[in-house]
Amino acid sequence: MKKTSRAALPALAIVALLILWEALVRILEIPSYVLPAPSQVLAALWEDRAALLRHSGVTVAEALGGMGISLVCAVALGMLMDVSEGVKAVLYPILVVTQTVPMIVLSPILILYLGFGAAPKILTVVLMCFFPIVVSFTDGMGRIDPGYVNLIRTYGGSRLQVYTLVKIPYALPALFSGLKVAATYSVSGAVVGEWVASQAGIGYYLLRVKNSYALDKMFASVLVIILLSLMMNGLITLLQRLCMPYLYRK
Amino acid sequence: MKLTVERIAFRYGKEPLFKGLSFDVAAGEFVSILGPSGCGKSTILNLLAGILTPESGEMRVDGAPIHGMSGHFAYMPQNDLLFPWKTIMQNVCLHGRIHGDPKAAQARAEALFPLFGLAGYENAWPGDLSGGMRQRAAFLRTALCDADILLLDEPFGALDVISRGDMQDWLASMKQHLGRTCLLVTHDIDEAIYLSDRILVLTGRPAAIHREYRVTEANRTRDWLYAQGALRHSLHDSIRGLEAGPC
Ligand SMILES: Nc1ncnc2c1ncn2[C@@H]1O[C@H](COP(=O)(O)OP(=O)(O)OP(=O)(O)O)[C@@H](O)[C@H]1O
Ligand SMILES: [Mg+2]
Repeated sequence: MKKTSRAALPALAIVALLILWEALVRILEIPSYVLPAPSQVLAALWEDRAALLRHSGVTVAEALGGMGISLVCAVALGMLMDVSEGVKAVLYPILVVTQTVPMIVLSPILILYLGFGAAPKILTVVLMCFFPIVVSFTDGMGRIDPGYVNLIRTYGGSRLQVYTLVKIPYALPALFSGLKVAATYSVSGAVVGEWVASQAGIGYYLLRVKNSYALDKMFASVLVIILLSLMMNGLITLLQRLCMPYLYRK
Repeated sequence: MKLTVERIAFRYGKEPLFKGLSFDVAAGEFVSILGPSGCGKSTILNLLAGILTPESGEMRVDGAPIHGMSGHFAYMPQNDLLFPWKTIMQNVCLHGRIHGDPKAAQARAEALFPLFGLAGYENAWPGDLSGGMRQRAAFLRTALCDADILLLDEPFGALDVISRGDMQDWLASMKQHLGRTCLLVTHDIDEAIYLSDRILVLTGRPAAIHREYRVTEANRTRDWLYAQGALRHSLHDSIRGLEAGPC
């Protein structure tokens, strides 16, 4: 009961805010090119549903591709940094510095090199998602009780088995918290990439409706971006439950 | 297999913990190291298992010096170290899993689950077990190792008196059947008397084998154990250092 009320409260707050918004727009007769009412945004969403769905598909594909590449690279680099203190000492500070580069600046440069296709968008997603994943994974492995590692070694396990049997499963919860952060970044990353230059995707849609001053459609695409981000987050939560059943036992 | 420890020196910080520690365990022999808390019992097992490295001295198995993790030992550390992400069955079959034969290990494990009081918990997560059950699972995992020498660090420390007695009975019978060399660390005097061929009393700093006792009785029962008042008394005194010098 406590759990449901905890989820219900923010939902109620949002509904209240939306009602207030709707009421203000109607009472003050604010024109839709200044501020569209929620009902108008929903109408725009419904009207343009086919286009939004098509563009969402493109964005989601870029986000998923970027997440997948990030995950593979983060696990590989995380293991490399775990094996060698030297590699970690060199790479870790560089990784931190890369995070200070704003993506909106980097994106046009990527397009210069990679053209207008999906590649620069996926790379933007990778650049945003890679960091939280690799950091959480490395930290997770670093926190391991050395007793576990020694146990595998005394049982005659190889260095590789230390990773497959202990370090990776041990770091999995940390890896997933990094993935959750990355999941929310991934959609924004793809949209930023599309915003800079593209022929498809929610970012492209957003740019197009912005240029025609269709404010209701802009709000609709923001709503879609939020929904897609939540969906990515939900996907990671689902994966987490599948990968770590022991954390979700009754 | 015969185990020899010769003039081992080791320290964690400045003060030496061992300075010329020597003892041996004959092939098939069951030896207990008995000593007060903090005297270095777990450290000895960590040195043998290759987790720690001695400053000087030598350890040999059947005469051949061993270095690092030699694979001769089935080591049961003091804390159970069960993997929370594996079921109890997967945990106890760890040795088989590492050496590529989890199926055979599982068949052997299945037969032993009832004896270890774990029947019905094959697919449970370690987090759902009591401390005593976790320790029994850790012990089963060690028992399923194919190594020649068992190193047991207070394997029954977290158990209640009844199940501790059951496990001791099981270990006593297994020791005859398997004929494996066994080095047990404990601070339970009765456990040492009941199970051991020989008891080494480790005390002092730097720690050394202060005294050793041979237990020769072949037919050990609980009644026999209760009648060992004099031995118990003597062990108690030598752990507390009330006796001077080795006998
Ligand atoms: N990792 C370590 N670093 C520094 N000192 C340690 C470390 N491990 C143990 N010691 C010290 O070495 C001594 C022996 O420790 P050890 O764990 O071998 O004792 P023990 O005989 O097994 O005790 P217990 O019966 O309580 O398990 C203790 O005084 C302890 O403080
Ligand atoms: Mg100890």
